[in-house]
Amino acid sequence: MDLSALLLSRLQFAFTISFHIIFPAFTIGLAAWLACLEGLSLGTGRPVYRRLFDFWLRIFGIAFGLGVVSGIVMAFQFGTNWSELSRRTGPIQGGLLAYESFTAFAVEASFFGVLMFGRNRVPKWLYFFSTVMVALGTSMSSFWILVNNSWMQWPVGYEMDATGVFNPTDWMAIIFSPVVWVRFPHMMLAAYVTSAFCVSATGAWYLLRGICRAEARMMLRMGLGLAAVLVPAQLFIGHLTGDYVHDKQPAKFAAIEARWHNEQPAAEVLIAWPDPDNERNLYSISVPYLGSLIGSMSLSSMEVGLTTFPVSLRPPVQIPFFAFRIMVGCGLLMLGLAWLGTMLQILGSLERQRWLLWAIFLSFPLGFIATLTGWFTAEVGRQPWTVYGQLLTADAATPFLTSSQVATSLVLFGMVYALIFLAGTVYIYRLLKQGIVPLPALADSDTNPKRPMAIPGDSPGAPPSPVPVAEA
Amino acid sequence: MVEFWTCTLGLSLLLYVLLDGFDLGVGMLFPFAPSETARRHMLGAIAPVWDGNETWLVISATVLFGAFPLVYSVLLSAFYLPLLVMLLALILRGVAFEFRYKAVRMRRVWDAGFVAGSYAASFVQGMTMGALVQEIPIRAGLYTGGSFGWYSPFALICGGGLCLGYAMLGAGWITYKTEEDVRAFGYRILPWLLAGVLAVLAITFVYALRLDLRVIHRWTERPVLLIFPAIGVVACGGMILAVRRRSDLTPFLMGAAIFCAAFATLAISFVPYMIPFSVTIAEAVAPHSSLSFMFWGAGLFALPLTLAYTLVVYVAFKGKVSGPAEYHQGA
Repeated sequence: MDLSALLLSRLQFAFTISFHIIFPAFTIGLAAWLACLEGLSLGTGRPVYRRLFDFWLRIFGIAFGLGVVSGIVMAFQFGTNWSELSRRTGPIQGGLLAYESFTAFAVEASFFGVLMFGRNRVPKWLYFFSTVMVALGTSMSSFWILVNNSWMQWPVGYEMDATGVFNPTDWMAIIFSPVVWVRFPHMMLAAYVTSAFCVSATGAWYLLRGICRAEARMMLRMGLGLAAVLVPAQLFIGHLTGDYVHDKQPAKFAAIEARWHNEQPAAEVLIAWPDPDNERNLYSISVPYLGSLIGSMSLSSMEVGLTTFPVSLRPPVQIPFFAFRIMVGCGLLMLGLAWLGTMLQILGSLERQRWLLWAIFLSFPLGFIATLTGWFTAEVGRQPWTVYGQLLTADAATPFLTSSQVATSLVLFGMVYALIFLAGTVYIYRLLKQGIVPLPALADSDTNPKRPMAIPGDSPGAPPSPVPVAEA
Repeated sequence: MVEFWTCTLGLSLLLYVLLDGFDLGVGMLFPFAPSETARRHMLGAIAPVWDGNETWLVISATVLFGAFPLVYSVLLSAFYLPLLVMLLALILRGVAFEFRYKAVRMRRVWDAGFVAGSYAASFVQGMTMGALVQEIPIRAGLYTGGSFGWYSPFALICGGGLCLGYAMLGAGWITYKTEEDVRAFGYRILPWLLAGVLAVLAITFVYALRLDLRVIHRWTERPVLLIFPAIGVVACGGMILAVRRRSDLTPFLMGAAIFCAAFATLAISFVPYMIPFSVTIAEAVAPHSSLSFMFWGAGLFALPLTLAYTLVVYVAFKGKVSGPAEYHQGA
């Protein structure tokens, strides 16, 4: 395979998976939020929970549909562009991904059906049970993905045979790998925080516009309150994730820190412009001792620098370095917003602070940005390996792909994804903008179990009508 | 274990061909519908089930990845461009389906995507089958055919043939699910589609004889295979009778029987090969530890659950599509 085909394949994988992760990152948290709302509605009988549930269910449906559509592509991409990877790791990765697709389709899809059209057909407890199962299904789905990815970060429980195939010898070691159990909570919290901020931002938007006040307050209270607890938890789990990188992937850790040479005690580079050609940092601002403290919880430890590794085995530095800092920056910003917002809400003065409402409204992309940059850090930092320490990315690709083939597919994926992303976002935006309107009782045939995107409602091309009445 | 996963793969592929086959077929017949109401009824006839049908494609792909990684890696990379077309076609078709009723000015665009996607996906699947029958060049477990190694006139004919076949299944589904002018439309085109399918089958058979394809020798070696073409002939007769007698569900069932016969013929003539005639099942299969890991959870619980769920959806949505308001009342 020529080098540009390899680079294009990497770009294509990065593009399609980044596009895909946006939707699960949103729906995992939304599913839990819906289960929570339905539980509260059952427990308290207050109609505001039910109105919120019905409203967010429609948005959940669209995001879920786009996630499914973009996920199908992922099921094929391992074979089309990474045939050597799939031939050699199929006995492990194939099994894990089979579990993922079976859980995704068997658990999520079936209970999703009850969610979308079963309100009037099944008993209340079963409906609530279904919302819990959908939330559980999305979590299980991401669990298998994280087991798979963590195995690529830190391969365990296998034996390599003479043809280079990774044969599983210990599934328990693969599933209960310590790496899985910090990265899976890290991803779950990321998803919950992302959704919490989307919900709070919607609440802030409505308060700024002076509509749906009761629901908006509820969204702000629940969203910010949850974030105020979860963001600090996420920072802690993130630190544990950093520990595994420090111990198991020293080259990635050094790239994230832009540490070129071994240091004892090590300084922490806060911000700089890494210059890989000359193996140094330009315009660097750093804090002495902090590097050792973060890396090893000591003031005197020796921390490994990139020059310890041969050039061919070093990851790119700039992407992990900046992506990591953007992720942490978003996290700190969210922490500040969540704590300040919750505090003012307890004091009862949040609604008078319009600047803060604006800040919360505009914060809706923060969770998505943090999730994406976190994944960039993890995946680019793993380079040049696909299976860490065992299989180089250059050896994982389909050997005979030409750059013209991959360029064609990349351009076409780019165009089609742009089109459906635009249409989907416009539709979600219109639903959100319209606010929470009382819905007429909808006939069952308006939605059905296997069609997540067929949500009754206005056409994106039409001006929003105050009451979307079924014509039948 | 090997047998279990081979059968599971065969079953999920067959289910995919039969189920997505009829809804792709309805998509291909869509532009020829007599009216907008007819179009709505046609969509209404497949709306509840189409994306459930497509899950069998994903399940086939992941079972192939987990249980037969060698075949997964060889086939998917060899058919790079055709698969790209198929995936994009399925995406456009899927979203078009839903966005059609949400759009006002864009409806024609989404309709075009729906129809073109249906044709492209069906054609690519048929072409892939044709290329496999004719054999793709593989040396030492690596595909060596280059970007267009799958291309041949024979494969193109097979692509066209599968379009006709799926359209026939689709027409059968229309007669089962609709009434009045749409149903009449289905009955009108069914004989033509059946004739087209038989003509393409005859052409491919003669062509295969001339090319002296290895698959033909299989039939002389294994005369028991002749049972399946015989079943196919009986099913064709059944379909003609059903069209005459206006028996609504039978044409679809007969079409499905023809597909099952063709599927079984090919599958049995390939055994023990998975990629004819270069990679065998025994060569391709994943180690026992992978197969049993998948079996105790996915195979034993998730697979039957998915099958049961598919059945429940079909039972829940049985009967005719009726009235213009069946699909999307708000539209």
